[in-house]
Amino acid sequence: MAAYRSAAGFQRVLHAVKTFDKILIANRGEIACRVIKTCKKMGIKTVAVHSDVDSSAVHVKMADEAVCVGPAPTNKSYLNMDAIMNAIKQTGAQAVHPGYGFLSENKQFAKRLAAEGVSFIGPDTHAIQAMGDKIESKLIAKAAKVNTIPGFDGVVKDAEEAVKIAGEIGYPVMIKASAGGGGKGMRIAWNDEETREGFRFSSQEAASSFGDDRLLIEKFIDNPRHIEIQVLADKHGNALWLNERECSIQRRNQKVVEEAPSTFLDPDTRRAMGEQAVSLAKAVKYSSAGTVEFLVDSKKNFYFLEMNTRLQVEHPITECITGLDLVQQMIRIAMGYKLQHKQSDIPINGWAIESRVYAEDPYKSFGLPSIGRLSQYQEPLDLRNVRVDSGIEEGSDISIYYDPMISKLVTYGKTREEALKKMEEALDNYVIRGVTHNIPLLREIIVHPRFVSGDISTKFLPEVYPDGFKGHMLTAGERRELLATAAALYVAAQLRSQKFLGDLRVSVVPAESRQWELCVELDKGVHMLGVSRSGNNYTVEIDGEKVEVSGEWNLASALLPLTINGKHRTLQCLLRTAAGEITLQYLGTSFKLRVLSKLAASLSKHMPEKVPEDTSSILRSPMPGSVVAVSVKPGDNVAEGQEICVIEAMKMQNSMTAAKAAKVKSVHCKAGDTVGEGDLLVELE
Amino acid sequence: MATYTLMRSSLGLLHGLKCSFKSVGQIPYAGALTRSKVLQNARCYSVSHLSVQERIEQKRKAALTGGGQLRIAAQHKRGKLTARERLELLLDPDSFVEYDMFVEHRCSDFGMEADHNKYPGDSVVTGQGRINGRLVYVFSQDFTVFGGSLSGAHAQKICKIMDQAMMVGAPVIGLNDSGGARIQEGVESLAGYADIFLRNVMASGVVPQISLIMGPCAGGAVYSPALTDFTFMVKDTSYLFITGPDVVKSVTNEDVTQEELGGAKTHTTVSGVAHRAFENDIDALLNLRNFFNFLPLSNKDPAPVTECHDPRDRLVPGLDTIVPFESTKAYDMLDIVHGIVDEREFFEIMPNYAKNIVVGFARMNGRTVGIVGNQPKVASGCLDINSSVKGARFVRFCDAFNIPIITFVDVPGFLPGTAQEYGGIIRHGAKLLYAFAEATVPKITVITRKAYGGAYDVMSSKHLRGDVNYAWPSAEVAVMGAKGAVQIIFRGKENQAKAEAEYVEKFANPFPAAVRGFVDDIIQPSTTRKRICRDLEVLASKKQTNPWKKHANIPL
Repeated sequence: MAAYRSAAGFQRVLHAVKTFDKILIANRGEIACRVIKTCKKMGIKTVAVHSDVDSSAVHVKMADEAVCVGPAPTNKSYLNMDAIMNAIKQTGAQAVHPGYGFLSENKQFAKRLAAEGVSFIGPDTHAIQAMGDKIESKLIAKAAKVNTIPGFDGVVKDAEEAVKIAGEIGYPVMIKASAGGGGKGMRIAWNDEETREGFRFSSQEAASSFGDDRLLIEKFIDNPRHIEIQVLADKHGNALWLNERECSIQRRNQKVVEEAPSTFLDPDTRRAMGEQAVSLAKAVKYSSAGTVEFLVDSKKNFYFLEMNTRLQVEHPITECITGLDLVQQMIRIAMGYKLQHKQSDIPINGWAIESRVYAEDPYKSFGLPSIGRLSQYQEPLDLRNVRVDSGIEEGSDISIYYDPMISKLVTYGKTREEALKKMEEALDNYVIRGVTHNIPLLREIIVHPRFVSGDISTKFLPEVYPDGFKGHMLTAGERRELLATAAALYVAAQLRSQKFLGDLRVSVVPAESRQWELCVELDKGVHMLGVSRSGNNYTVEIDGEKVEVSGEWNLASALLPLTINGKHRTLQCLLRTAAGEITLQYLGTSFKLRVLSKLAASLSKHMPEKVPEDTSSILRSPMPGSVVAVSVKPGDNVAEGQEICVIEAMKMQNSMTAAKAAKVKSVHCKAGDTVGEGDLLVELE
Repeated sequence: MATYTLMRSSLGLLHGLKCSFKSVGQIPYAGALTRSKVLQNARCYSVSHLSVQERIEQKRKAALTGGGQLRIAAQHKRGKLTARERLELLLDPDSFVEYDMFVEHRCSDFGMEADHNKYPGDSVVTGQGRINGRLVYVFSQDFTVFGGSLSGAHAQKICKIMDQAMMVGAPVIGLNDSGGARIQEGVESLAGYADIFLRNVMASGVVPQISLIMGPCAGGAVYSPALTDFTFMVKDTSYLFITGPDVVKSVTNEDVTQEELGGAKTHTTVSGVAHRAFENDIDALLNLRNFFNFLPLSNKDPAPVTECHDPRDRLVPGLDTIVPFESTKAYDMLDIVHGIVDEREFFEIMPNYAKNIVVGFARMNGRTVGIVGNQPKVASGCLDINSSVKGARFVRFCDAFNIPIITFVDVPGFLPGTAQEYGGIIRHGAKLLYAFAEATVPKITVITRKAYGGAYDVMSSKHLRGDVNYAWPSAEVAVMGAKGAVQIIFRGKENQAKAEAEYVEKFANPFPAAVRGFVDDIIQPSTTRKRICRDLEVLASKKQTNPWKKHANIPL
């Protein structure tokens, strides 16, 4: 990646500059690995902290030293300040990089570090405090002449007060935790009822995530874009803006796809936003890397949303287009060095896209967490201009304790089109087995005409998929390609199963055939196909149309690189059974097919239908997590849509509701239980 | 062996009769003529106004339609395929060579001698064919003819192909769908069963025998599948029991359905009678084709080697972190198996029975291997009665048919308790020990974590002639876990925690076994596949024989 390599160029210059000897990274996963990488380049020794379940995690292996700071739950390990302070003392680390999340915006932690004379690689405590409080931050922003959202204010005591405030502001309103960053604990209410519900959820989430249940209600700007400005400031009053990141593609207020620059900003708006961001940073005497988030409406009016006083998840795309290594800059600044660059030094070179690859089921509300062991894992790193920031490897477990992010997949190109093409290729070549992942959704977003044209907002997903995400919708041509591939793969596998090696006592008499008549099922559609083969090339005839498929047909490889009708395509074979079931990942989505010989297909009409379970009267956990509350008991009558219980997973609380009006037959869970995906929760009559 | 000789002498004739049911036109007429003359002499036909040629055509047509269209429709309605449809799916296209299409039952009681009660071929279709090009002998019981009941002629047909399979050295697959004995024939039917049982026993260890239960199989009939190497079932449409629900009700007053008494679920999870169950006929037959590829044709053939695309030296990085640090925490042994074998393809035998041991077939660099592994996920992977018997039978099959055995060990010991002791864990545990000890095929063992106590010895240890025994760095070879050991060694003494730590330091690692040569090497888990592939190449020429004996005496 050219841009990223040039960042390495800066490092070489700086290598001689003395910073720290040893840094402790108070985080886990990809961001810990990301920080360690830069430390290594800078010749700084690293200390990882980890929970007991993370003891063989990648960040632990990468670091020079590692200290276990407690058991799996985050409040006992990664949020356990005492244990982390001990780890610092024990290892003699001079500075701490907090990454994002966990203690990154915790002023107590920053204070304790300061008291021990340990550098916090981030802003000073007062900036964290000022910007960490949503109300205070807006007052400061107003004073610094930063555009702020109209009609907001108030810390909320109870649900009725929430309703009253909402009424004053006028619907829609947004309710969120005062202390929280990102989308966590944020709910949107369109009426009094939803305000009460939003208040209850947000206060619970705020309490469990931040130990601070204060809430904030403000005017919700309908259909906005979420664009943020990366700033970088030193301890000498200098500050720069490193251009914007477009983060409008979100689900449940969490970012999914980000890009830099934004297609929407013109140079004037960009400068205006950048300058306001810098003036806010200066107003709070900000130092280190920070992000000022704005909501931008369709008329390019922008409003200050909040400032994140830490490194952002999506920082790599800024690094790609500016050539800076933000972690390195943060370390330098923490050491007290002045900024090396002037505003005029900051370029926009090319275009970078980031896809957040999550262990999530995108077919359930655009992504409900899934867990499991990565039985096979292969990043598309052999492609040029692809950067993958990950903290896991083949064999890693994605557990219920932590964020389900697998990696950040970043592609870069001279133009947006180039970066997007590369993203398609990278997603197709990304092998993830053992957990459900959101590549189907990512792959759809980046080719959607609205996204490609830049016509996006934070409502993109619900607008484009009003009935929920259903996977890629095949065109007739694509359907033929898929059917042909399945048929060719089937024949290739059949032929191989007749190849026996060695001296055989009884000769093998393979069925001689150059023509196959097959029946392929896909989504209840049944197709008769004629397949003929010459070498590795298969010609498949479907409904009078011919499809040519050729490739190496390596049946052991996770990837299936093929040429279909002259076009290069990479598919993945996820499943191939003896009974003819073939699951192919094609254009990101996995499709279940069944290939049968003509004979088997004609006989299958006699096979008995297996009756599937009636799911409307059974409530199963849609994801692994823990039960927070059960609202019903056996014998209760519930209405359709009534809440039955609440499951918390990865810090998100999910309300489980009744699919029909019925009487509760039995309850199989209680508050505090840990449940797996598909576990029976409640049975209705 | 009267039948045997008789059969041999008529073999020449029979060869002339072979025919694929797809190509009725290509009959070798000369042979057919000779045969029909014999038939003509033997019996007077009412259709004698027809020419011999016409009669052949007519008989053949009748044979191909079995019990007639009505009964075929009824069979289909039950969700079952006909005997011939099943063979067509099981075997390669146009490869079936049918025997005894003109055989008819010889019963003359109860009106059975009437022409409309004669079905050419009777209630079973027999012959040989190919699965992926490899030879197999098959019989497929035809439920549309007298409910697939077993007549003397039916048994004789099965015996004929079994005898030939043994002579040629090729497996026998039976597709069972039979209501039971042909009651009209009485003792002749019983004799037929016994003739088959005898052949099942004689063929045992000579050629692989597989039974696929695709309908009812009750009474004495169940003992033929029970004697074969593998019994598979079709879910919802197949049953195996000694006596049906009605008899059960009258004898023990139990109310039980066919499905509960002898359905696929019962036999694959509770009784351990069947080795796998499949969704329906098509699913079962296609899976059987796949399974067949793992098996050698006979005990004279080496384990088959197929073309393999999975690199033999592939590293499996995920294995380095699979064993949890806490020795009490479980992991899935199947993850290890899938990671190591070719293309993650593992044909598990008895996946839902005695799940604390995992057995099944896979390939390493194309060559079939048998995999045995303790499953820490279930009952900590301990050995109990059921898992010992399951493992033992599998190991003996592999040994009989030249299939190398790879054993993954993580075993905390034998399961304690009165249930196990009263059930005879000593006797049954000895079976697994016996099986591993007597096996002379290449034996490779990988200790992934615990190898405690007698169970360590049992699990293909060096002492039982393991050829290559590896330990992962997480291996702990010891008499027992640290806590138990310390409680015995330091009984009543204080400072048990310190003693426990010392014990862990001393024994909870691979060194005590490695310094004594009980493991050949301590290997990085990610290199396991590479090492095993290389060892199998070397061990391919292994020759080892046990002392001469009439037969061994395994503790049954």
